[in-house]
Amino acid sequence: MAVSTAAGPMPNALTTGRLPKGTIWMVLGGSWLLLGLVFGLVQMAGGTKQYNLVGALFLGTVLFDILVFVISYLVEGVRQARDRLATSLVTTAFIIALLPLVSLIYTVLLNGLGRMIQPSFFSQSMRNVLGAEGGAVHAIVGTLEITAVAALISVPIGLLTSIYLVEYGRGTLARVITFMVDVMTGIPSIVAGLFAYAFFVLVTGNVGYRSGLGGSIALAVLMIPVVVRSSEEMLKLVPNELREASYALGVPKWLTVVKIVIPTSIAGITTGVMLSIARVIGETAPLLIIAGLTDSVNYDLVHDRMMTLPVLVYTQYSNQGAHQSDFVNRAWAGALTLILIVMALNLVARLIARIFAPKLGR
Amino acid sequence: MATPTTGAIKARVRLGDRVFSSSTVFAGSLILVLLAAVAIFLIVQSIPAITAKAGTLPNAAPNFWVYVWPLVFGTVWAAAIALVIAIPISIGVALFISHYAPRKLSQGLGYVIDLLAAVPSVVFGLWGVLVLAKGIQPFFVWLNENLGWIPLFGGVVSGTGKTVLTVAIVLAVMVLPIMTAVCREIFLQTPVLHEEAALALGATRWEMIRVAVLPFARPGIISASMLGLGRALGETLAVAMVLSPAIVINFFLLTAQNPNTIAANIALQFPEASGVGINTLIASGLVLFVITFIVNAIARIAVNRRKAFSGAN
Amino acid sequence: MNVNRRIVTRASSIAAIAIAATIVLSSCAANEAAPSTSGSAAPVSKLSGTLNGIGSSAQGAAQTAWIAGFQTSNPKVTINYDPQGSGAGRTNFISGAADFAGSDAALKDTEIATPSPLCKSGTKAIDLPVYISPIAIAYNVAGLKDLKLDAATIAGIFKGAITKWDDAAIKSLNSGATLPSAPITVVHRSDDSGTTQNFTDYLSANAPTVWDKPAAQTFPYAVGDAAKGTSGVADAVKGAANSIAYIDESGATGLGIAQLKVGDSFVKINAAGAADVVAKSPAATGRGTNDLAIAIDRKNTDKNAWPLVLVSYLIVCNTYDDAAKGSLVKAYASYVASAEGQAAAATQAGSSPLAKDLAAKVAAAIATIK
Repeated sequence: MAVSTAAGPMPNALTTGRLPKGTIWMVLGGSWLLLGLVFGLVQMAGGTKQYNLVGALFLGTVLFDILVFVISYLVEGVRQARDRLATSLVTTAFIIALLPLVSLIYTVLLNGLGRMIQPSFFSQSMRNVLGAEGGAVHAIVGTLEITAVAALISVPIGLLTSIYLVEYGRGTLARVITFMVDVMTGIPSIVAGLFAYAFFVLVTGNVGYRSGLGGSIALAVLMIPVVVRSSEEMLKLVPNELREASYALGVPKWLTVVKIVIPTSIAGITTGVMLSIARVIGETAPLLIIAGLTDSVNYDLVHDRMMTLPVLVYTQYSNQGAHQSDFVNRAWAGALTLILIVMALNLVARLIARIFAPKLGR
Repeated sequence: MATPTTGAIKARVRLGDRVFSSSTVFAGSLILVLLAAVAIFLIVQSIPAITAKAGTLPNAAPNFWVYVWPLVFGTVWAAAIALVIAIPISIGVALFISHYAPRKLSQGLGYVIDLLAAVPSVVFGLWGVLVLAKGIQPFFVWLNENLGWIPLFGGVVSGTGKTVLTVAIVLAVMVLPIMTAVCREIFLQTPVLHEEAALALGATRWEMIRVAVLPFARPGIISASMLGLGRALGETLAVAMVLSPAIVINFFLLTAQNPNTIAANIALQFPEASGVGINTLIASGLVLFVITFIVNAIARIAVNRRKAFSGAN
Repeated sequence: MNVNRRIVTRASSIAAIAIAATIVLSSCAANEAAPSTSGSAAPVSKLSGTLNGIGSSAQGAAQTAWIAGFQTSNPKVTINYDPQGSGAGRTNFISGAADFAGSDAALKDTEIATPSPLCKSGTKAIDLPVYISPIAIAYNVAGLKDLKLDAATIAGIFKGAITKWDDAAIKSLNSGATLPSAPITVVHRSDDSGTTQNFTDYLSANAPTVWDKPAAQTFPYAVGDAAKGTSGVADAVKGAANSIAYIDESGATGLGIAQLKVGDSFVKINAAGAADVVAKSPAATGRGTNDLAIAIDRKNTDKNAWPLVLVSYLIVCNTYDDAAKGSLVKAYASYVASAEGQAAAATQAGSSPLAKDLAAKVAAAIATIK
């Protein structure tokens, strides 16, 4: 151990060769400040018209990554430097992922909130509406009904299939199903809509067939592979020791699955199901084809056209006519409502998961 | 104690077991039936296009394969760039949430990322056109001026920013939440004993992640990437709204003439298509189907090699 | 910490319940009052039923206006219009999937030959011109007002032969204007559309030497940026400096609109001029009685004429198999072609109301619908 020759206090053995605690944060703040100044100067010199905050933050973070590695390498050695680099890179990844999220949420809130909080948005449909009034009741009803039925179809099928693949499936059938599920993730959403349409035309013999149920089928086709894939991964991660312990106690296999395997992985499964709902609730193209669009409220899933929120957003944006702002405002408000609905569903699912999940170390 | 050993012990077959296992088989088979139905629908509808004579196809293509080839290229190209952007970021974000962020924060952070999955693709399209394309265009000009000697950044830069790179960024943002969520759950499932063993041997946090977490999670990461790729390949409206398409094959990232993707092409042309045109579009959907098939087959092989790390084998 | 979490959990469940309650409570849309309770002041229409139309997205905003107007005076009627596209509209009409279609192009001969199962056997479908929209050449150039262009220059720009704003061809038409020495960003439609069809038809008729491709729904040259739909093109032009596009006039709000050289003078975009060009155009050849398909005269050089115009049709059966449907379609089409309906479309969609004599012809054709 090196003994300091200076008159200062004896250094602590545990902190020599380590960076002082606040260094990292100072370096981060410093790099942001520096790049902020650089971009400020560029702006003043007339290089850019607006202040480029995103660019400053991004380049500042990159500079920080480099600086941290170099400083840590000089003070702490290569292993610590690598560790610090990894930490800063992971943090950078997180910040980069946040940038579009923040920008997107900001855009949607900025454009949608003002229109959404007007009472008409939740009390009216678009029937006979021409001006700035009108609302999304018909679309909210449609989205909730269609998505609920799609989930009712695909969650049991998807979950049972993943249980088959993990707990029972051996041999050719399991391999084929695994592979086919992968292939199913690649069905373009618009093809799912065309398929559902063709299916219902075949069954009903009515070439003009449109209904909410058809939309549910199309969405279920898109949802099932996501449910299977994510649940399968989660079930696989349940330690074999748990299953073996259960068998050793004489518990039948199906009860082991229902009482041990599923509860252990329920948090992951719920996340997967929520993600699959989030994946399909915003689908537009298939619903345009099979559920159609209407301006009026329709509670009947089996008969007649049904409006949904993404279709509302899309049509309000693409059919603006001469009074653009009325339509665009409704589109953004619809998008915000859709995001809020998914958020609410997510919250509920998390509550459910928390109630059923066994208490683990984490 | 002497036991009569006449053959293997036969377990009693329980009714619950039988019902449960056959219902799982039924569900699995249902997926096969569903997929077969979709495949039959696609193939039947595709035949008129594949056998169509020159002159009846859109874009004056002499045959279907000439028509679909630029679209195949564009689909794979855009999805590939999107994944190149999204994979490292999603692994980073998932690691940040599972192993770096303070416990109290991590759940909230996971929730914030999940929020992105809730954003409908139309909104991504709107955001891509109105915010991203406009905002990133000056950066494209800069890239083109300073790094134009790299072939990727060459060509005449687009005036609107509606290029394949913008689309790839939008796609990357769209697939991030699903990839991050799956990666995160898998990182959290790493056996704590492995992690603690690594740390106890004096590993730094990064070394622990490299030797304990990542190997355990590799099949899951590939799985997550496939989910993301599936979405990126098949994304329809966001691409249709953001991309400025042309019938070309090139590797330029910043020009206005970009190869179109299959799904976006269907969305753009379907409304005005009639006759063989409709069959052609559905046949291109079949091609997309086959592409996903191949990509997944490759991924499966990669995952199976590392099967030893799965908990349930 | 635990207490905190419980509070958060409780707050979030309350929020979830509140959202659910709002949605359930509000589900009886306030603007959809039951017809029976509506006031006795207005004579309640006897018409009832549902009509489904599919077709042109150019007509989308106008159809919204017509449907609202018609449903207000006939509260028991529901009309849905799905602006998928003209091709989809005609295909679905012929297959019987749509009761009527909206289309930027009249029925093709082969489409007339295959009758819709909705029409009484032996009778034909008819095209009714009900929606006229001038197409604008819209641009976004800072400080540039009253841009003047002729067909050959427009063709040159959109073909990629003229690439700079201060090109000699543009300069000679705009003496005195300050043109930037910047590259032109051309924006065109990425989806197939009637707007592109009419735009290219105009150019191939008026500048055939420059625009050497025939009229088509797909933009024929690999030039410039492409964007989806009228709103996509409008947003692209608004977002990109020094850009230019062709666009339905209603979408050009907030952008500069070029004056067009018609004959020897420059004309500002105007609804009456567009309606006049359509009214004076000859009927398309080989059409049955009551079919009012129009071959637009792109070379009309009248004063204030605007030949860069899009006509969109309502396609219906002349005699429906189902008489009730026939009377419903007849009532709706009459409203659409009436002065009231045309005015509603003009305010809502920025279209040009039909000229008087054409409106009379359309009304006479509608009178024969059964």
